[in-house]
Amino acid sequence: MSNRVAIIGVGQTYHASKRPDVCITELCNEAVRAALEDAELTMKDIDAVVTGNMELFEGRYHQDLWQVDYIGSYHKPGFRVTTGGTTGGTLACTAFYCATSGQYDVVMSVTFEKQGEGDSRAGLKIVADPIWDRWITTGAIGTLARLGSWYMKEYGATEEHAALVRLKADRNACLNPHSHLKLHLKSVEDVLKSEMLVPPLRRLDMCPASEGACAIIVASEQKARKLSRKPVWVKDWVEVHNETRYNRGDPVSLENLEKAATTLFRRNGITNPRRDISMAEIYEPATWAELVWFEAFQFCQKGEAYKLVEKGATERDGEFPVNPSGGVIATNPIGATGMIRVAEAAMQIRGDAGPHQVTREVKRTFTTAWGGSSWTVAHLLSKTLD
Amino acid sequence: MPRKVGVVAVAQTKYEAAKPAWREAEITYQVVERLLQETGLTFAEYGTGIDATVTCSSDHWDGRTLSDIPHGEVAGAHLRAEEKVSSDGINAVIYAYLQILSGHYDTMLVVATCKESQTVGHIIENLAFDPAFQQQIDLDFLSAAALQANSYIHKYGITPEQRAQVVVKNRKNAKDNPFAQLTTPVTTEQVLNSEMLAYPLRSLETKPVSDGACGLILATEEKARKLTRTPAWIAGIGQCYESHYLGDRDLATCEALTLAAKNAYRQAGITDPLKHIDIAEISEYFSYQELLWTEGMGFCDKGQGGKLVDKGITGMGGKIPVNPSGGILSGNPTLVAGMARVVEVALQLMGNAVARQIPRAKTGLAHGTYGPCGQHQAVLILKS
Repeated sequence: MSNRVAIIGVGQTYHASKRPDVCITELCNEAVRAALEDAELTMKDIDAVVTGNMELFEGRYHQDLWQVDYIGSYHKPGFRVTTGGTTGGTLACTAFYCATSGQYDVVMSVTFEKQGEGDSRAGLKIVADPIWDRWITTGAIGTLARLGSWYMKEYGATEEHAALVRLKADRNACLNPHSHLKLHLKSVEDVLKSEMLVPPLRRLDMCPASEGACAIIVASEQKARKLSRKPVWVKDWVEVHNETRYNRGDPVSLENLEKAATTLFRRNGITNPRRDISMAEIYEPATWAELVWFEAFQFCQKGEAYKLVEKGATERDGEFPVNPSGGVIATNPIGATGMIRVAEAAMQIRGDAGPHQVTREVKRTFTTAWGGSSWTVAHLLSKTLD
Repeated sequence: MPRKVGVVAVAQTKYEAAKPAWREAEITYQVVERLLQETGLTFAEYGTGIDATVTCSSDHWDGRTLSDIPHGEVAGAHLRAEEKVSSDGINAVIYAYLQILSGHYDTMLVVATCKESQTVGHIIENLAFDPAFQQQIDLDFLSAAALQANSYIHKYGITPEQRAQVVVKNRKNAKDNPFAQLTTPVTTEQVLNSEMLAYPLRSLETKPVSDGACGLILATEEKARKLTRTPAWIAGIGQCYESHYLGDRDLATCEALTLAAKNAYRQAGITDPLKHIDIAEISEYFSYQELLWTEGMGFCDKGQGGKLVDKGITGMGGKIPVNPSGGILSGNPTLVAGMARVVEVALQLMGNAVARQIPRAKTGLAHGTYGPCGQHQAVLILKS
């Protein structure tokens, strides 16, 4: 098993559909400064800097090179990792690996996306295999719509349930100073009158394209105890990648998510996830994904998630809060999105989340990232080391 | 007590000017298949075979978002961990090493692939420069290298003949490497008369366009000893970034490399590199870089790199043979290049380098770099 590691600082920019006030590297600099301030450290304390983003979205080659003078990696060790949509979640793992390796004690990990400087849709169109799959217009919307229609047919959920998920996300996002979309939606009807993209997926069921950055600072156990007043311990993490399957007639692909959760829970003695974990920040690019994946992560029985949402169980003040930050449906700077889940969970454990702090005590959190062809990264954070 | 991690198996494809018959992932699989055959490992349940994979490829070179989808598919990414390092391959090896040190995995597969023949490198390299200033003047790694070469040769009086000697030496070495792309020796005159690309760099002083892949398997001491009688142990690593803006740097030196090497030497207990290192594989994308990098790594004083090659110290029979494989000048693709250095050093320490074998090689240095004028530097020390 791994050596121990803690998150000792988190930083986010504010997120918006366009951040014309800054260039990519200046955007990253904002997140880095915020993380250093949060950790009460300076770059002198940081041993290594790792970084990542969606590689083709801004079209930059070796993006880490231009970042050097802005994220403090000048004359420091570091490297760049990229794994598509899971990049933010993976980059948290990268920092965890580095700080538990014995090679580096304090590691900063920086992720971002500035989609307005490239073309994410063009980038997504060339995910599929050029010979076998590219005739299908790939991208997230079609895949996630399929997830919704499958769930409705299989378990009898309705569009209203998806709308309830959106309303919850929006209520939370309106409280989160960093979130992108604060729509102040009032009713299910407000969601249901939004434009239909691919049935049953409406515009308000889907995440936006955001610009923003996130950074975390992690430290080995010894350093974390020395440097931080409120270290958030990282119990474990799991990464699960898989083959592509755009063209295989499979309506939903849940085995990656199931495998990630099963492995994480088994390794950490979690037998009843909803009881043993306090809350979750799930990478849910659409309302339907939150419903289906909540089940795939074993927080409830199959077909039960929408009933829990009806009862308000996943609200910020509910029995098991899901995405009290407003989640990905409200804010999605893709490369950073997975890391924002981790940063938000760490803030919740520390009790520092401010207006969107969940009402119950947060002892353990479950965070995920999603990308590629249903690739999944999952982390388990904890208030204490036991 | 930190874990001990070793290279237990390595594999390479033949490097070629173009591999039109093979798709990127098929090239990757040629390497993966060889590694599996050699070790008998499978992608079995966690803890019993290969636990996780680090791939190295680039969306830009592959022309595909998430280029690790196809590479991962043939490298064990079925319901297991796979991550992509999208920079020089030596960093993928270092990352896998860190993952094993962390205690998360015991055995890892690392593989790098690039098909340079499919696109125009100039377009891609230009995108590595900041968009406001340096990208606008159409820099690429060749034109940046020419600026560095000028700065270096004028500061220290490095002669064209000394640069040419690097090419002559490496192309001669490549003759004995069955994986090398360019295996015809060249003369100093041929180098000095080859086409001028960007002053002072001539075409034979640059690497050829190349397609290919290489890979290796890393394992903890306990697993490594079961898999091979001759593991090459990782004894030290170092990585370091230089500033991005060329105007902010003294291009005649390579401080980042010195820092990276210093860290690796400290871990490996190397105080006198010339004495303690038996063989070095260095990323010389351009002739002058082998000279400059050897200075940066402390094989000689600043400005003395030319004399190393003059005296034959870096030749096959010399005190510290540099690039017995023929180096990058004899043909390695971008990204693959740095990992190929690790592969070649491991082959030397395992005693499997055949015709290019350095006798009694016990400690080896692999060096990788990427970015304009070596902006990112990495050093890895292996011991038998």
